[in-house]
Amino acid sequence: MSGAAEHIVRSFEVELNRLRGMLSEMGGLVEEQVASACSSVIEQDTDTAARAVETDPRVDQMEYEIEQFAIRLLALRQPMAQDLRLIVAAFKISGDLERIGDYAANVAKRSIVLEQFRLPSTLTGLENMSRLVQENLKTVMDAVGESDADKALEVWNSDERIDDIYNALFRELVTYMMEDPRNITPCTHLLFIAKNLERIGDHATNIAENLYYTVKGELLTGTRPKGDQSAFAVVRSPAEAKT
Amino acid sequence: MSTSVNQANATKMRSMEAQSHAALQKAKLSIRDLDFFYGENQALKHVNLDYPEKQVTGMIGPSGCGKSTLLRCLNRMYDLYPGQRAVGEVLMEGTNILSPGIDVNQLRSRIGMVFQKPTPFPMSIYENIAFGVKLHERLSKSQMDERVEWSFTRAALWGEVKDRLTTSAMGLSGGQQQRLCIARTIATRPDVILLDEPTSALDPISTLKIEELIDELKRDFTIAIVTHNMQQAARCADQVAFFYLGEMVEVGTAAHIFTAPQEKRTQEYITGRFG
Repeated sequence: MSGAAEHIVRSFEVELNRLRGMLSEMGGLVEEQVASACSSVIEQDTDTAARAVETDPRVDQMEYEIEQFAIRLLALRQPMAQDLRLIVAAFKISGDLERIGDYAANVAKRSIVLEQFRLPSTLTGLENMSRLVQENLKTVMDAVGESDADKALEVWNSDERIDDIYNALFRELVTYMMEDPRNITPCTHLLFIAKNLERIGDHATNIAENLYYTVKGELLTGTRPKGDQSAFAVVRSPAEAKT
Repeated sequence: MSTSVNQANATKMRSMEAQSHAALQKAKLSIRDLDFFYGENQALKHVNLDYPEKQVTGMIGPSGCGKSTLLRCLNRMYDLYPGQRAVGEVLMEGTNILSPGIDVNQLRSRIGMVFQKPTPFPMSIYENIAFGVKLHERLSKSQMDERVEWSFTRAALWGEVKDRLTTSAMGLSGGQQQRLCIARTIATRPDVILLDEPTSALDPISTLKIEELIDELKRDFTIAIVTHNMQQAARCADQVAFFYLGEMVEVGTAAHIFTAPQEKRTQEYITGRFG
């Protein structure tokens, strides 16, 4: 997000760089948090789960700091054009990252509960989904660091795959619940975990949109392939299907 | 995929741009291929710019970029100085106001100008207004009283001067003097008002009063304002044109110029990166 030329007022340049630094730092923290949350589910590891939950207050604090700093820059520097876009984007991106942190903490908490249950299936689908979500989050935060609008566009276009896996998982988990009521508790938690990951993916695309606007000054307004079809999903039990 | 999205976006943005420009009124003044020379020095190069009717056009750019020169072309101020000449056209309702046959006094009553420093005449507050009107119109005493009141009211000064019309205008504060100059300019009921850094000598509150006044006046007049204060251009102008080294680099709605200017030079100037 840095322009070619430097500001005449060097302290403003320093402040904008600091803002970029704060965003990268918060992004790194959230990436770690999501990684811990995902591995706590896949590896069934309560220690990593605890780490993901414990990171959350720091993420919240960083969001607060970025907001305060952005407000100060708006008030004191009266920024224009790309500087204005960067500061507004930082405001919004920090909000998205904070939400991602919340979802990650929620995933981690559920992983602790899951340990008490025998799972009806392997976690391959969830593992794939968590890998894609983490990839997108990493790519979009790299894009933020490098002011790379093309990378942002890449993330924006690849969220559909995450949604596809989520839709498949939804059907799979509902089917397990119908087969055996003892599956209901673990599968409900797994369903929420999948939904949380799907939402993390959505926030990553929000970040991509904000970054694109920051770099290009144009809104990313085309229709994004929206893939969460679970709101319309009907899964019937074999018994029902026969009648 | 990404290319098609980019193209779709670019098209969409262009059409949004076109709409926001279409929202501006038809042009009151149109500058066509204007060159301007101070002797051998060329101060304006092939400038093309429309001033939409009853809108505020802000002109910004670093010192020496030609924005004040352009303003001086719009009412033939340069005629007063030998060796200065303009080539090209400035069209007002189809007439080229740069052509030799134009009655310059008549023109300046239709295109009025307010300067950086307030320039009240050393006469009474009333006479400051009446003086200019008398040059162009024969009015009865009551008509003139009416015109003076109308001008001061439109310039948001009537309440402050109505009880001291016979006292000297030199006793007014800087902000009041500048509003008096605006009242004097609109007293001849011009079509266009040119403002050359009208608030650079004023305190912040007087500045805001002038800005509020500009917003009021654009209901009746077409306004061109030259300002060094970018925030002022952002606050006041509907359309903003950026000038650099005698060229008009970019023009667009104020929102467009201050959030997402297209030209690199505009971006660098308005973000304070000129170096």
